[in-house]
Amino acid sequence: MPFRLEARGQQSVLWSWLSPVLAIVATLIVSTALFAAMGKPAGEALYTFVVAPVSSLNGIAELGVKAAPLVLIGVGLAIGFRANVWNIGAEGQLILGAIVGGGIGLWAGDETGFWILPAMIIGGAVGGAAWAAIPALLKTRFNASEILTSLMLTYVAQLLLIYLVVGPWKDPEGYGFPQTRLFGEGATMPILISGTRVHLGVLAAVIAVGVCWLIHAKTLLGFQLRVLGQAPRAAAYAGFSGEGLTWFALLLSGALAGLAGLFEVAGPIGQLTPSISPGYGFTAIIVAFLGRLHPVGVLLGGIVLALSYLGGEQAQIAMGLPKAITGIYQGVLLFFLLAADLLVGYRIRVVKRVPAGGVA
Amino acid sequence: MTQKIGNGAPGARGETPLLALDGISKRFPMTVANDGISLSIQPGEIHALLGENGAGKSTLVKIIYGVLHPDVGEIRWKGARVSIASPAAARALGIGMVFQHFSVFEALTVAENIALGLNDRQERKGLRERIAQVSEDYGLRLDPDATVHHLSVGERQRVEIVRCLLQNPKLLIMDEPTSVLTPQEIERLFMTLRRLAFEGCAILYISHKLEEIRSLCERATILRQGKVVAECDPRQETAKHLAELMIGTTLRPAYHLQEESAETAPSRLVVENLSIKTDRAFGVDLDRISFAISAGEVLGIAGIAGNGQNELMAALSGETAADRPETILIDGKPAGRLGPAERRERGACFVPEERHGHGAVKDMTLSENALLSAYRTKGLVRGGLVDMGNTIRFAAEIIRGFSVRSDGPDAEARSLSGGNLQRFIVGREILQQPGILVVAQPTWGLDAGAAASIRQALLDLADKGAAVVVISQDLDELMEMADHIAVIAHGRLSAPRKVADVTVEEIGLLMGGVASSAQQERRHAVPA
Repeated sequence: MPFRLEARGQQSVLWSWLSPVLAIVATLIVSTALFAAMGKPAGEALYTFVVAPVSSLNGIAELGVKAAPLVLIGVGLAIGFRANVWNIGAEGQLILGAIVGGGIGLWAGDETGFWILPAMIIGGAVGGAAWAAIPALLKTRFNASEILTSLMLTYVAQLLLIYLVVGPWKDPEGYGFPQTRLFGEGATMPILISGTRVHLGVLAAVIAVGVCWLIHAKTLLGFQLRVLGQAPRAAAYAGFSGEGLTWFALLLSGALAGLAGLFEVAGPIGQLTPSISPGYGFTAIIVAFLGRLHPVGVLLGGIVLALSYLGGEQAQIAMGLPKAITGIYQGVLLFFLLAADLLVGYRIRVVKRVPAGGVA
Repeated sequence: MTQKIGNGAPGARGETPLLALDGISKRFPMTVANDGISLSIQPGEIHALLGENGAGKSTLVKIIYGVLHPDVGEIRWKGARVSIASPAAARALGIGMVFQHFSVFEALTVAENIALGLNDRQERKGLRERIAQVSEDYGLRLDPDATVHHLSVGERQRVEIVRCLLQNPKLLIMDEPTSVLTPQEIERLFMTLRRLAFEGCAILYISHKLEEIRSLCERATILRQGKVVAECDPRQETAKHLAELMIGTTLRPAYHLQEESAETAPSRLVVENLSIKTDRAFGVDLDRISFAISAGEVLGIAGIAGNGQNELMAALSGETAADRPETILIDGKPAGRLGPAERRERGACFVPEERHGHGAVKDMTLSENALLSAYRTKGLVRGGLVDMGNTIRFAAEIIRGFSVRSDGPDAEARSLSGGNLQRFIVGREILQQPGILVVAQPTWGLDAGAAASIRQALLDLADKGAAVVVISQDLDELMEMADHIAVIAHGRLSAPRKVADVTVEEIGLLMGGVASSAQQERRHAVPA
């Protein structure tokens, strides 16, 4: 073998920053090749996918709207991932947040009390956290893998949502469509920048980044979570409660995912439908890793992945590319990201051939 | 640089050496592990490779066994130049190796384990008979049908040796073979090795235990910092001189005040009838462990690895809670149900055996590692927020006070050598001014200089009135440090006895689990 991986003495700071950049560049090269293979002019496709969506003020505002749920979920997941708590079911928690918070909004009807929005926000967080509490209980009580349980609960959540919108919560004047009534004025998220769709949830995402950074970098709690993830035996030795930290990580990420769901339905969507999320809960996993599990990194990662949603839509409209292009783009990005991460801990060496064994 | 001492010059027998190394060098990213090493081994010779931890012994034998490849240098086997590409190539030449850490599957039988190492279907025929034959011939008593996890460590080592012997090696490499054996098992191993050498098999024996080398080996090559610093006949050298060659400086023995006053001092740590069932496969149940230790006293707990030391450490530190609070008393107050953080607040500190991932987090900085166990005792957290300034100051205090060689509080734990990290961990615990310190394997894998400084720090702590429990497999260490010594075997602890009144042979028998029934009776009759 002409190449060999050699362990670095310590983690390379340079490469921990360069590896996401390298992954994004590699993804752009591969997606360009993919466009070319599909017979589309590569340069134009790339422009449509990456540049066109953000070439107007409104486009940038849309980027914020798309990034908000990704960042909100991503910062929560990142804190859990650092503690080796693998919540893969944020999509389900997002749906439950939308159901509980949105349910309060529907119940309020056309009321315009000041209490409605706070109640909906709290309901969203509680709904998401409650859904995440199930894997937490199964993990701490029966040592069941939260990866499997949280993922499986996502499908339960989806079916529950479909049941509600085609059954008890269906809009009686909706011509039989599977959707609820639109939220009233008092139950809709205020727009922060007039003329755009930038809603309260975008601000909430930025606040969440700040709060999670504080937890991560400054508190004993954040330290405990990091120790638990890197060295569970050291955490036990220090006297940190592994169960308590697992509960915290799942409840926090669940609550933030629930909030993201609530902001989506009470913001841009305006009602409950069977498809309230284009997979934000799963894409946020990529966001968390792209952001190096660091709150500020997650913010940047969320913007990159939001662009992939916008670019995918643009490519469908302008060039007639299939919808799957967004998923491919995201998958390729995660693939390269995990591959490039190897360079943080290892360097590549070219080696001269060693003569074969035996007596010379 | 190389000194020639005595008459152990190469080629003394006037034969072609079985193995000759010439100018072997091997460089790793951070260090030069081997620097121009030359040595030769005659057939039938027991040759010691002596050096401190990190001197380059392991790298050198890995090169001989084909695990690593030298950057520069020549290997000659029976006079012909060879390049050993892999362990399989080494075995084909007739080189066998018994590693320090055994590679046996606990759930399989002896014969199955040995069969796994054989690639050729033909070789597996009649394997059980051949195992029985070889183990009989060399006095390595072994039942081919026994499941490995029932075997003692000494017996597991025999599995490895038999595995090598079945291939009729010309050269057998033994890497620190005695670190896990009782004195009696060591004597038996030496008989086997002498018999092998008599039959013409050369043995390369790696160790840092000088007395063993003086009694077993006829030639020694001493490494220091990757270079050969001396070749000699160890039988004609004093242990002190060998040690000085190995370390490059002179050592002073550890000093401990410890007078009769300990008899009247109050008990700081009392353990009474502590029984804990293990929740791991192949774990060891603790069975009615009792001891008491007073201020200023050092209690040594000897035993062969895997006899309940890890479980005992976890029970004392609070990582495993006891059933009843009163089975463990800290300064007279029940502590059996408390977790590690609460026990620290009551003045007990702990140094676990494993440095990376247990006593320290290797990817975290030294200041974060200082926070790990001292966050309450040193008041490093205010209102949930970490007081980074004081944490860094505390880490710097440890680094200064215990001569930890590092790039300061921001250095990652993994960048430190084993000895420096251990000094940091021990320092972190001692600076919390504990009334009780429990340490497991405090000097495991450390060079003699680092080991001596850690032993001295522990003795100084005892002299200031702390009770120190040392759990160690190194009997010499315990005999040097401890006032009382007890032996753990199969999860049971023998009654502590004064070190002055006990012989190595008695301890060796206890380590093998041969406690006389009279002793057992006495232990349960006399309350601690």
